[in-house]
Amino acid sequence: MSFLSMGKNVARNLFEGPATRRYPKEKREYGPGSRGMIGIDIEACIFCGLCSRRCPTGALTVRKDPREWEIDRLRCIFCGYCVEVCPKKCLAMANHYSPGVTVREDAVHMERQAPRPAKEAPPEAKE
Amino acid sequence: MAQRNIIPFGPQHPVLPEPIHLDLVTEDETVVEAVPSIGFVHRGLEKLVEKKDYQDFVYVAERICGICSFMHGMTYCQAVEEIMGIAVPPRALYLRTVWAELSRVHSHLMWLGLAADAFGFESLFMNCWRLREGVLDIIEATTGGRVIFGSCKIGGVRRDIDDDTMKGIVEKLQAMATEIKRSTDVFLDDYSVQHRLKDVGVIDGEEARRLGTVGPVLRASGIAMDARKIGYAAYRDLKFEPVVEKAGDCYARCRVRVREIFQSIDLIAQAARKMPPGETALKVTGAPEGEFFSRVEQPRGEVIYYVKANGTKNLQRFRVRTPTFANLPAMVRMLKGAGLADVPNIILTVDPCISCIER
Repeated sequence: MSFLSMGKNVARNLFEGPATRRYPKEKREYGPGSRGMIGIDIEACIFCGLCSRRCPTGALTVRKDPREWEIDRLRCIFCGYCVEVCPKKCLAMANHYSPGVTVREDAVHMERQAPRPAKEAPPEAKE
Repeated sequence: MAQRNIIPFGPQHPVLPEPIHLDLVTEDETVVEAVPSIGFVHRGLEKLVEKKDYQDFVYVAERICGICSFMHGMTYCQAVEEIMGIAVPPRALYLRTVWAELSRVHSHLMWLGLAADAFGFESLFMNCWRLREGVLDIIEATTGGRVIFGSCKIGGVRRDIDDDTMKGIVEKLQAMATEIKRSTDVFLDDYSVQHRLKDVGVIDGEEARRLGTVGPVLRASGIAMDARKIGYAAYRDLKFEPVVEKAGDCYARCRVRVREIFQSIDLIAQAARKMPPGETALKVTGAPEGEFFSRVEQPRGEVIYYVKANGTKNLQRFRVRTPTFANLPAMVRMLKGAGLADVPNIILTVDPCISCIER
């Protein structure tokens, strides 16, 4: 039993400086494997809707007709299941989070595929 | 005879960030009875299993608790794998063991910090949490998340740890072990810490067993019960003995957790040495049919998952008996006769996880 058992720790802490980061000056670098915000290569998407069906929190909405893909970033739990099930591998996870928002609606991010006449040509040919 | 008073403890109390309410019936400064009431954060996760696909439910199971999240996911996966008769690749079993032990180290370090905070040793609390940060960094680098690993799935694991990284992790942990020892020695040797913990909240082995206590609380009362000895995941290949202390007081419970940190670091080193090469996951198709009880030793004790499936994509019944729930009767027993100032200490040495209790 001792009275000054914390002494060594205290002495080290005095000379080692703070363990915390000087935040706004020194930013935290996320590692390459960190799970973060979901991004989409919208041009490669086939709008199968598998990601939105699998999403545990229902954060994803896929609309086939206007060719839209939408994510509610505040509902996303960064599990990465959508990335795993995507058949075209057009979804990807960044290693950082999306920027903070002050209004809930701002967290909803939507991407729309540009109309592509070249791709829409085959159905016309069928007619 | 002194007058009886009822002092409410919680649901919001500085010592616990989670909500639990206790009515402490006191005579002078002594607690003569404690009446717990729970149900403040009930989320109905057991019912949710009927609406979710059984493979998607791993994510829900992981979120039952924010500290032993990986082990919840792992217990669920083990239950479903057993029902479906899936032979998980050995490398995946070893990786699960490594992650499970990493979460035990981070959970115990967090508990040591909270305990120090409860008996008013602020600088020790911060030291412990700084050390925990190092473990969380390892977890983030290998799984992608700090506390919700998301790396366990039915049939194996999502990510692999290559051998060089594994070697680096073991070296880093062994370097950290000396750092950790410097702080844990304070818990074990310091006069003021012992003054707050020794002979406080005593429960003997017989009583603890009768009340169905599990985990470090039971082991601190001299009973060597550790669910890891069943030999799930890779534990059957690893050499370890349950950490046991005799006294059954708060100090013994603290000592068990301190010793378990070093045991876990040793288990990770053993697993890294023996890790077999090969696949990390199997493709799982079809739906489970049958029922199984799965048991895993979490940082707080043994968790039991009951899973019943009826051959569809949704499970029929899912039941979790979490370690804190099993330890509540013992906690109420320990509070009887304790001084009012010791109540926060006693409650913390059970390591209560309220979100676990209520699911």
